[in-house]
Amino acid sequence: MSGVRVLVGTHKGAFILTSDAKRKKWNVNGPHFAGWEVYHMHGSPVDPNRLYASQSSGWFGQIIQRSNNGGQTWEPVGNKFAYEGVPGTHLWYDGTQHPWEFKRVWRLEPSLTDPDTVYAGVEDAALFRSTDGGQNWQELSGLREAKGHLWQPGAGGMCLHTIIQDPSNSQRIYVAISAAGAFRTDDDGQTWLPINQGLNSGEIPDTSAEVGHCVHNLAMHPSHPNILFMQKHWDVMRSDNSGDSWKEVSGNLPSDFGFPIAVHAHEPNTIYVVPIKSDSEHFPPDGKLRVYRSRTGGNEWEALTKGLPQSDCYVNILRSAMAVDALDSCGIYFGTTGGQVYASSDSGDSWMPIVSNLPAVLSVEVQTLP
Amino acid sequence: MIRVVIPYHLRTLAQVTSEVEIHVDGQATQGALLDALESKYPMLRGTIRDQATKERRPFIRFFACGEDLSLESPNSPLPDPIVKGVEPFRIVGAMAGG
Repeated sequence: MSGVRVLVGTHKGAFILTSDAKRKKWNVNGPHFAGWEVYHMHGSPVDPNRLYASQSSGWFGQIIQRSNNGGQTWEPVGNKFAYEGVPGTHLWYDGTQHPWEFKRVWRLEPSLTDPDTVYAGVEDAALFRSTDGGQNWQELSGLREAKGHLWQPGAGGMCLHTIIQDPSNSQRIYVAISAAGAFRTDDDGQTWLPINQGLNSGEIPDTSAEVGHCVHNLAMHPSHPNILFMQKHWDVMRSDNSGDSWKEVSGNLPSDFGFPIAVHAHEPNTIYVVPIKSDSEHFPPDGKLRVYRSRTGGNEWEALTKGLPQSDCYVNILRSAMAVDALDSCGIYFGTTGGQVYASSDSGDSWMPIVSNLPAVLSVEVQTLP
Repeated sequence: MIRVVIPYHLRTLAQVTSEVEIHVDGQATQGALLDALESKYPMLRGTIRDQATKERRPFIRFFACGEDLSLESPNSPLPDPIVKGVEPFRIVGAMAGG
């Protein structure tokens, strides 16, 4: 019988949650890497037992862990992330230029075709690739040539947090950076284009600048790779032309601020966001934890509340903390800064907590197992 | 053999349970000791000092014989009691909450 494996990265370690396809009873395994921040864990689409984890600490820096048995055991692999050439500078909070400095890996994205190839999105923002299972990392430095001197850190740091590979075009990759925007390569990472036309951000002097936007997350359905969805700092956006231009689809959301955005596994026009109150509060409006679903690819949104706390809830849901499974009845999962991981096995109609008292959840990924 | 005490999280990473013993070829300096430690436990590379510059990470301190050697040159000879294994060289994570 098929099942799901939910990979949860937290402020103090990693947890692996497993269930059969019914998704009613869950086994909680962990903590792995106890006491370390785990910004992200992800599995290979072609070898589900090959996992990668980003383990980091303010004291001891960055470690990359690899598992060949679905997270039962792990081995540390390469952790040398050296920027290509002279790193140069980027825009700093006070308007001056600041040297590029590696801090941590925010995102690990295994290749769609090769379990030994994996991408790493890092802070300060850059994209690295390993083709030997994480032992050695090379920067795809053409990305920083896309006006990197004008990128600047958001409150969470200048991080490359989203990596999406186009399943129909092996040369095309999308990334997103806070606060720089979205970027696309059509030549396997050698050169990159800013794809931010149509974004409007009141937080920067030129609100429609080519770069500088605080993009929080991107999502794509593999069957419609030219359609992208974006949760920006403010505004939910949609592109129908591979990011060449964007239009706002925030519609009737109670707040168009938020962090994650996800697409239903079987309905390419059904998308999910979690509206958050901002600036600075960063908790759900009115203390009600509500996932919003649009079945029209944006603009028209419905609140999903069954099983979620509807009073006195003041958690946040971070940008990498929502994912979907690919079972027949699509499952949606998200984790909170309060340590809860919620699951829906019916496309979001109803929810239940899988676990309730983990450390603050930084990321959630889901593997659908054969 | 030089005895080295490493912080709890790095003991877990290196899969050791107590202090480790390190052999240093040639003059026993702080830098040579860290080179030998990282050679024996390669998973520690980058966790104590920067892999490229070899600079000590900001929240790491080096203590020996009741003294803080963190700001000593990597080329400084280690104290005799450390070289002879009488006292351990202590690698310590700075006190900081969270």
